[in-house]
Parts: sequence; C-alpha cells; structure tokens
Amino acid sequence: MTDSTYTITGETGEWEVVVGLEVHAQVTSNAKLFSGAATAFGAEPNTQVSLVDAAMPGMLPVPNRECIRQAVRTGMAIDAKINKWSRFDRKNYFYADLPQGYQISQLYHPIVGEGSIDISLDDKNPDASGKTIGVERIHVEQDAGKLMHDQHPTRSYVDLNRSGVALMEIVSKPDMRSPQEAGAYLAKLRSILRYVGSCDGNMDQGSMRADVNVSVRKAGDEFGTRTETKNVNSVRFVMAVVEQEAKRQVEVIEGGGRIVQETRLYDPDRNETRSMRSKEDAHDYRYFPDPDLLPVELDDAFLEECRASLPELPDAKRKRYEAAGITPYQAAVLTAEVEAARWFDALLEAGAKPVAAANWTTSELFGALNRTAKSIETSPVSPTQAAELLGLVADGTLSGTLAKQVFEIMLETGQGAAAIVEERGLKQTSDTGAIEAVIADILAKNADKVAQYKGGKEALFGFFVGQTMKAMGGKANPQVVNELLKKALS
Amino acid sequence: MTELTDLGVAAIRDGVRAGDFSARDVAQAFIARVSAAKPLNAFLVETPDHALAAADAADAAKAAGEDLKPLAGVPIGMKDLFCTKGVPATAASLILEGFTPTYESTVSGKLFAAGAGMLGKLNMDQFAMGSSNETSAFGNVISPWRRSDGGNAALAPGGSSGGSSSAIAARLCPAATGTDTGGSIRQPAAFTGIAGIKPTYGRCSRWGVVAFASSLDQAGPMARDVRDCAIMLEAMTGFDAKDATSLDLPVPKWEAGLSPDLKGKTIGIPKEYRVDNMPAEIDALWQQGIQWMRDAGAEIVEVSLPHTKYALPAYYIIAPAEASSNLARYDGVRFGLRDLPEGANLQDMYAATRAAGFGDEVKRRIMIGTYVLSAGFYDAYFTQASKVRTLIARDFEHAFEKCDYLLTPTAPSAAFALGEKQADPIAMYLNDVFTVPASLAGLPAMSVPGGLDAQGLPLGLQIIGRPLDEQGVLNAGLAIEQRAGFVARPEAWW
Repeated sequence: MTDSTYTITGETGEWEVVVGLEVHAQVTSNAKLFSGAATAFGAEPNTQVSLVDAAMPGMLPVPNRECIRQAVRTGMAIDAKINKWSRFDRKNYFYADLPQGYQISQLYHPIVGEGSIDISLDDKNPDASGKTIGVERIHVEQDAGKLMHDQHPTRSYVDLNRSGVALMEIVSKPDMRSPQEAGAYLAKLRSILRYVGSCDGNMDQGSMRADVNVSVRKAGDEFGTRTETKNVNSVRFVMAVVEQEAKRQVEVIEGGGRIVQETRLYDPDRNETRSMRSKEDAHDYRYFPDPDLLPVELDDAFLEECRASLPELPDAKRKRYEAAGITPYQAAVLTAEVEAARWFDALLEAGAKPVAAANWTTSELFGALNRTAKSIETSPVSPTQAAELLGLVADGTLSGTLAKQVFEIMLETGQGAAAIVEERGLKQTSDTGAIEAVIADILAKNADKVAQYKGGKEALFGFFVGQTMKAMGGKANPQVVNELLKKALS
Repeated sequence: MTELTDLGVAAIRDGVRAGDFSARDVAQAFIARVSAAKPLNAFLVETPDHALAAADAADAAKAAGEDLKPLAGVPIGMKDLFCTKGVPATAASLILEGFTPTYESTVSGKLFAAGAGMLGKLNMDQFAMGSSNETSAFGNVISPWRRSDGGNAALAPGGSSGGSSSAIAARLCPAATGTDTGGSIRQPAAFTGIAGIKPTYGRCSRWGVVAFASSLDQAGPMARDVRDCAIMLEAMTGFDAKDATSLDLPVPKWEAGLSPDLKGKTIGIPKEYRVDNMPAEIDALWQQGIQWMRDAGAEIVEVSLPHTKYALPAYYIIAPAEASSNLARYDGVRFGLRDLPEGANLQDMYAATRAAGFGDEVKRRIMIGTYVLSAGFYDAYFTQASKVRTLIARDFEHAFEKCDYLLTPTAPSAAFALGEKQADPIAMYLNDVFTVPASLAGLPAMSVPGGLDAQGLPLGLQIIGRPLDEQGVLNAGLAIEQRAGFVARPEAWW
C-alpha cells in the first residue's frame, strides 16, 4: 500500500486532494428495472417506453429480477457485503425527464454494502505500487429520460427511452488522493463490470458516468468541504476534473473565500468546472419507502447462483498469469480488458506456452491490431491459429523472424501457419553443412571486416549474422548461425 | 311486476340465466334511469353503448345455449378512478382533462371479462380525497336521500365513492365499483343505506387505478346487499403480476360460502370506538347490532384497541405523504391539462398547471404530505405515524386472539347536508374515525345498513375481520342484514 504524494502547490503551501467517485452504471439486462420495456441503446426516441416508464395514471413498478441479480453479482465481484434484505425508496423532485416526479432508488437500505477495489499505481510495474480503494455501497435505481434542447428554438424535447433503465450506483469511500488514483479506480471498476457482464462500460454512450467529489485540505487537517461534478463521461475527463477542481478550490480558499457544497458541471472545451444554476441546489428529496414495492429479500440459493455465475476476475487472472511466469506488466495488459483476457485464455487452452504466448500477444498481435485498426473481437487471427503459429516456433520449425513473416501472411490471407510454411517452404534450417558453407563464403568476401573483427571491433559480429541470414533467405536457425559464426571467427 | 331496476346483481344474473328477461331489457331500463337522474350528478360520463354491447353478448350466449359468465347481463357503474380503455378517466379532477386511457385497469377488465357492462363513469371526491363528494371538479354528487323534516336540504352521499353510493341507492345501477383508502367505500355505503366491502389489502389489483395512497388504496364492490357484494368481489379479486403488492392466493368462493349462522363465533366490541359526543342514535344502533349478533349465535366480548385515537392523525400523515408523491406525475408534460402561460419556463408550467388543475382539498393534502416528508419533519411525523400504524395493526392482532370479528358503527353521524362541514377540514376528516383503523391495518371491513335515524336517514354498521377472512366479514354482515330487515329506499326527488 502506498500513499500518494500528489499535492497542489498553493501560495500557502501544499494541499492534499481528497476524491470520492459515485459511478452510475447502466445494468446490462433485456428489460428495465421496473418495467418490461427494452433497454437497447440508440433506438428512435420514445420507442422503448412502457406505460409504467411514462408514469401514466394507475401504473405500478414491478422489480426485474435480472437487474437485482446483476447488482448482487457486481457486489460479489468487489468482495462486498450483500444485504439479504434491502428496500426501495422514492427520491422526489420535479423535472421533465422524470415522468413519475420521483426516482425509485435505495437510500436507507441498499442491496450491497461495503466492498473494495484494488488499483495499481505503476503501469510499468503493476505489482510494485498499489492501493485499496474502499467502496461504501452499491444500490439500484431508475435512470431518467433525456432532454434535448437543441432541436427547436423555443421547445425542449423529451425522450423517455432511458427512463426506468436500471442503474447501479457505486459509491466509493473518499480514499483517492490524486487524479491518477481516480483514473485508475474508474478504469479498474469499468474492467470489473465488463468482466462480470453487468455493465458494458461504454462511457461515450452514457452507460457509465461518474460524479466526482473533490475537496482539498492541508496535511493533517479534517476533510474540507467537497463539491460534486456530475455526469463526467470518460476516465480522462475524470482525471482532469480532479485536477482542475482541486486547483480552483485552492485558489478560492487562498483568496479568502469558502468552498460552497454545490453541484458542478465539467466543460471539456474549457477544461474547467462550473456551478450548476442555483435552483438545483439544496433539494429536499423527501425520501420515503416506496409503498408500491415489497422489500427485496434474497435467499441463499439465489446468492449461490450469483456467485457461481461469476467469471475469473481481473486480479485473480493476473495472479494466475504471473504464477505461470508472465511479467506483471504483460499480465496487467492482458487482463485489462475482458475480451483480450478471454482471447488469451483460449490461446493458453489451445496449448501455447504462457511466456511465449504473452510476449507474442502483447507485441505481435496487439501491434497488428493497432496497425489495422481492429479490436480483439474482430481479430483476423483466432487463438487456435495463434497457438499453431507459436507451436511451430516452440518445436524449432520457425525462428522468431520467420514467425513474424508467417504472421504477416496469416493476417493477409487468413491461412493457417502450418499451411503457409508448407506452401512457401519457410521452415528454418539448422543444416550445419549448408550454413557453414554460406558462412565461409561470406567471410571470404569480407576479409577486411573479418580482420577488423579479429582486431577488436566486436560489433561487426552482427554484420556477419545479418549477411548470413540474408544469404539464407532468413531461414537459418539464428542460434546455429551464432554458434557456427563464433567458431568460424575464432 | 318488479321494476327491472329494483333488481340486484344476483336477481339479474339469475333472471337472465333463467330467461325471465333479456339482458338488453335490463340494460335499457338502467340506461333510461341513469339519464333521467342527472340532478344527482352521480355520473360524469354515460356509456350506454358499453352496457348494451355486454347485454347483447349475454343474450347471444344464452340463445346459443352457452354457459353464461358470472356477471352476464349485469350492468354496473364504474367509479371514475378506474382507467377504462377508450373511455375518459378524470378522477373527478380538471388536471386529467382530455385524458382517455389506452389501457384497461385490471379490476374493470376482470369485471368486463366476467360479462358485466358499464353504464358510465361515476363521480367521486377528487383523487379520492374526501368524505362527502364535495371536492369533485365537476360538482357535488347529491344523495338521493332527503331528511324527513321536509327541509329539502341537499345531503352528502358520503365520499369518496359518492357517485357509486348515490347511484346504487337511487337504483341507477345494481352495483358499482368503489375504492376505499380510509373509508371511501364503507362510509358512503352507510350514508346511503347500501352495502360495501373493502377487502384485505392486496386482494384486488391496483394496476390501472389512479393512485391516491398506495399502501391503503383498495378497490371493492358496493351494492344493495351482502350477496351482491360477494358476487362482485369474486369477479374483482385475484393476483396480478403487474401489481407487486397483489396477493398471490386463490379467490375464495365467497357467494357459495355465505352463511348467516354465527354459532361458535365471537364478536368483539372495541371500547375505544365509543367516542365522546357519540350521537345517541348511533350508539343505539350499535347496541341493536350487538343483539343481532347474539341472535345469530355469537358470543360478545369487549375488547380494547388502545391506540385507536392515534389512527386518524396517523392516517392523515401517511395518506397525504404517499399522495404528495403519487400526484407528482400530474405535471402537464405528457397527458392531461397543461397550462403554459406566455414566456413560462418548466417550473412555471408545473406551477400553473397544478394550480389550475388540482382542487383545494387535493392541494391541501399534497402540501400536508410534502410537509410531513420534508427534512427536519420526517422523523417527527412520517416515521412516528408509521410506527403508530404498526401499533394499530398489533392492537387488532391482539383483539383477534379474543374474537373473530369486530362490530362498530361505520360513521359518527348520518349523512350531513352539503356545505355543512366545509368550514373546517378537520371536521370533515373526523368522518373517517371508525373506518381508518382497519385501513391502516389492511383488514377486510364492510358496512351494512342497520336502520334509519330519526330523520329517516340510513345508518350503517361496520364489521372488521382478520386478514383474508372476507368470508367471515360477509357472513357477519349477512347476519345483520337478515335481522335488520332494511328495506327503506329514497323517494325520487329528482
């Protein structure tokens, strides 16, 4: 565990930053939290709205078991306490995107209690420096609809497709102390949600957004007054908000002012936060238990099913890879995104050796995907095909260089590695006789350089290796070439 | 020859089955009587076509020799709190102006599926808030009863189901739906000399019923006698997956189970219901009711429900609190009235719409509800009231260890004149003092007519039973009905 050393330098000295994140994550489910309407992103406005979502007279909410299940699974994935008894409360306020005039949420008794998320603070060496960020609670609640103010000069339009979609509100403890920690926490949380399959984490589509709570203090002081910057929709922006808002607060305090507990919005174009209009402040939500709903009671069989349904999570997967000899950095890279991790697991299952597989995947495969603007889901090479390629290297058929060549051809043609090798005769040769002959030829043609080498210019060894490989069309076994060259030059 | 409109639900059902008369004849008779009764202002909307269509379907089934549905041939009134597909629903409020539901409430749908036809939507207190049907945006309902003093004062039919009670008493329909949150079926039944039952909370689905107070609202039947109530209640009851508070239990055969024999049963008389200044006539009827219970074979015991006096205050905290939230959706955005003054922003539109659309009593209760839920007052009012509610429910549990049913008056007075209790809202709220406790505890409770007061106005007796014991409550009601011999009916002044 390492304490961050990030501070804001003000005129009166160094200021610590305290950060808490409230993340709203849309639950992956076919239907909404209390109605059967569909939840798919991008539908035509007001085409995924049931009578309940539109809050027509006489309509009643009915809980969607799958949404509850996803919240429980998420809680289990962050080692949190699952509350077998929880309850829904109404949060009352008026706004055009809130048809009921209240949001059904869980204030007093959330479904998930305290948990934690481990983050790493050193990308290059993930095990070297880390921190545990506490999670206060997770509860489920309804999302609101969307307002569009730009469709008409004097009218705002209301799209209720999103009204009633299930959200998990994941509330961290105020344990973060820097933009980096906040970014790492958010990225890790997103990764866990995607592993669990309870949220797709598409922040640009709004399926996951963060409210950033920031305060500043001098070392040793109590927590300062915090502000809340709402609906920040990328990791990068969250980090920017922490930095900008902390700086703003320091300026205000050192200028003699006080921090007002308020809600703010982030403006990415100006890279600054600004206060929301004052009528949004000091809302009394008059929370009370929703009388249309019974308390949520979870039995052991349900909890067992939830637990059994969890996949191997990022941290466990990372440890397993490291135990197999993969470097912490590569293990972190491979497990950051669930799709990549699953692809890599398939590669291992197809028989590839862990270290070689990790090396190859993180450099060759990821490099090729970047170059061709593809994702792991649209990788032109499957794990089975990759395993075949790596097998040919492991059994000596291909050198590393040849493997790269073969891989390029695989990408272009979609053929398998063995077929390519067969077709184009790309096996590496360890034929000592043939190699010796070529070496002799090269040394003879470069007698001057041989003399220089023997005179002490050791770097020329690489020249001879290169020439030999070139003369053999890249197919010579590099180790054998090395050995024979050494012998020939001694 | 009995007028068709003098027949009750059972008589109509049986008569149509036996071929004594056609369903169409029945429907037309009631349709004519409805349209001749406009001075009562019981109906907001008349739907004769709906009633005729149902009647024709019943007649066709009979002609084809098919089995007739349970309510085939029976035309009913529908309180305008139920959303009926294609027919406007107003909850007696201007704020639902122009709203025609595209969906059918579960309860009305079940009644129609059972073969009943709808004569129209019945007037009521606005958003079910009231005890005299004086808060409707569409004018008071006037009771068909008049005092025998010849004074012609227009009387309250009770509320909030005042249109329902008035229509049944005036023989405009043999039965109607009502809803009961704090007494809105039982008290109007008592005021107009008819029967009405509020079932155990959760028996009837609330889906499609405009919500007033979610933890208290219950649909229920009103009719001229206990048997008719049992028949209607069977058709209205049943589990609904669209209502999370709906009870998943089979529907008992309440009509078949009716029995006025109370041998082996014990009736509890709660001493706290003997309130100060109780009118002598009400007390006399109560004593008479006790004797009728004895005659039917029951034992009588005194019981105590110690927290009774806190029930009305607790109700008038909890119900407005839930209502203040349930009525937030009436905002002019998606349906109903929208008042958008020149240059108004969103908040202005909300304020203008709700000011114009809600009546005074509705506004009053929204404000009370908002207040008791607000920061700084929530614990003192709402939390306290919720605790009191638990204590009241517990009082009943203890009492039911000693008895099977409780017998009380339904209302602290006979029907009062319209306008008589307008000066002080609290005076109006006191009408509910006997009915509210059973609502808070979710218990089944019924009012049956017991007799007339000195001015010839009906008085009712209330029976309260254990959860899910509607049968017992109906049976005790039947025992009273048979001995009370209530045959009085209002003379048409309209």
